[in-house]
Amino acid sequence: MTAPLDADHDTAAKAVQVTDLSVDLGGRPVLRGVDLQIRPGEVVAVLGTNGSGKSTLIKTVVGLLPAARGEVRLFGTPVPRFRQWKRVGYVPQRITAAGGVPATVYEVVSSGLLSRRRLFAPLGAAGKAAIEDALRVVDMADRRKDAVAELSGGQQQRVLIARALVSDPELLILDEPTAGVDLASQQIFADAIRERVARGTTVVMVSHDLGPMDALIDRSVILRRGRIVYDGPPHASQTHAHVHHTHADSDDSGWLTS
Amino acid sequence: MTLFELEFMQRALIAGLLTGLSAPAIGTYLVQRRLSLMGDGIGHIAITGVALGLLTGTAPVLTAVIVAIAGATAIELVRARGKASGDVALALLFYGGIAGGVLLIGLAGQGAATLNTYLFGSLTTVSASDLYVVVGLAVAVLVIAIGLGPQLFAVCQDEEFARVTGLRVQLLNLLIAVMAAVTVTVAMRTVGLLLVSALMVVPVATAQQITRSFRSTFVTACAIGVTACLAGIITSYNANVAPGATIVVLALAGFVVAATVGTLLRRRSGRIAPLDDEEPEVGVPAPAPHVVSPTHPHAHNPDCGHKKVEHGDHVDYVHDGHLHAAHGDHWDEH
Repeated sequence: MTAPLDADHDTAAKAVQVTDLSVDLGGRPVLRGVDLQIRPGEVVAVLGTNGSGKSTLIKTVVGLLPAARGEVRLFGTPVPRFRQWKRVGYVPQRITAAGGVPATVYEVVSSGLLSRRRLFAPLGAAGKAAIEDALRVVDMADRRKDAVAELSGGQQQRVLIARALVSDPELLILDEPTAGVDLASQQIFADAIRERVARGTTVVMVSHDLGPMDALIDRSVILRRGRIVYDGPPHASQTHAHVHHTHADSDDSGWLTS
Repeated sequence: MTLFELEFMQRALIAGLLTGLSAPAIGTYLVQRRLSLMGDGIGHIAITGVALGLLTGTAPVLTAVIVAIAGATAIELVRARGKASGDVALALLFYGGIAGGVLLIGLAGQGAATLNTYLFGSLTTVSASDLYVVVGLAVAVLVIAIGLGPQLFAVCQDEEFARVTGLRVQLLNLLIAVMAAVTVTVAMRTVGLLLVSALMVVPVATAQQITRSFRSTFVTACAIGVTACLAGIITSYNANVAPGATIVVLALAGFVVAATVGTLLRRRSGRIAPLDDEEPEVGVPAPAPHVVSPTHPHAHNPDCGHKKVEHGDHVDYVHDGHLHAAHGDHWDEH
């Protein structure tokens, strides 16, 4: 009698629920039968080598890629029907190269508020305050009028996280936030995330190298060839990842060299 | 009688004003999405629309707008599917449009002179009924381009992020394509179908020589567009040449001036404020000698209870009278 009720309750309580997910890219299976559940308030790192499917997993979770089989639920709603995007903040891998027209830091960050804005409505005082706050958190307040294209890679990445934080999301999803970012920016990044974690934000981040974020992680998930091979506490995972890494080297080195 | 008292000139100037505003407005979004030549493609397709109007005896502006919208939708769908053959499909559409147009105009019994007025614009052919259509369409384009500015900006700037904020990206992309098609028709009478794309792109390229933000680029491009259109129409009346060519040549001259001024300005400000990386490191203390804390058994973290001290870019922990800082897999004495 209580069992089905509990199951229902479980679904609603999960920030992210991935069930038997398979994703194909260009006809090739990239994710195969992935199951993953993330509770509100958890800070999860998704680790794995290049091509292990970690970015694909993240993109499917936010609805940018379709599932071939299985489903992803955000806050209990299947992604294709999910409409409360203001609860989700997404930080893509890097600023898109597109953009033939200059855009300032302020303009890019303000587009993070679109999930909360009505059509044809001007930006209110609360929105402006939120933008200032997000700029301050990533230490970019004095660069607000600078063109994004003129910033360094680390600064651009900080703009992207400000854009995700500005809507005050409950679930923050980051795709390789520290790839190619200088240490000072990584530290600012980690501080910004720490502040959110302290307020109960759920964080899912994909990374090769966690850097200063390492201390924030309370669970890590390791993908290998489209399957989850480890899911548990972070420190055990690092040795595990290491083992797999060397294994992968010996296993995959053949195709180019021989 | 001055040229401003001539009725056809009044109509041409009103049409020019609206073209000068709406073409750069939509052009800013097209340039941002790196679709600068989309206007050109739609212009080619619209030729078929004009020819259909001439052939069937309906107003060419109406048939042109319908065919242009259909063509723009087709271009957008081909683009969105992202097939490798999309490029070729677009080329087929463009050439089909221009060839079909010329063929149909021939069938309609109209000569090259009629076609020319649509290809390069004409002052005397803006009829009163044309003007109502042009005003209505241009105002609609401007209201959407400004009112939905934040949404359209987000879609053009980072399509994936826009999707994750819940925007209807496909719908907005389609809206941009349709607005471009409508603008092509609006501009048809003044700059003409072959040069309309120039009025969408050149003012934007000119503006961004001197601007840093999207909004200022948008506003400056519109101002440049209006200036080029009005000046071009007046010049073309005085010199008795096609307005389209005059407008575009004036816009290009503006670009050359802005590019020169912009380069000089950038070079000057570059000399005053070097890039962050190139700034000489004055007053930066030399790195302290690296002393590893031997056999440090305790891993500090923000909650471990040891007093924290900000030290430059990191935190030191006070531990039995020593300052300990994390360094890779070990702890340093600071």
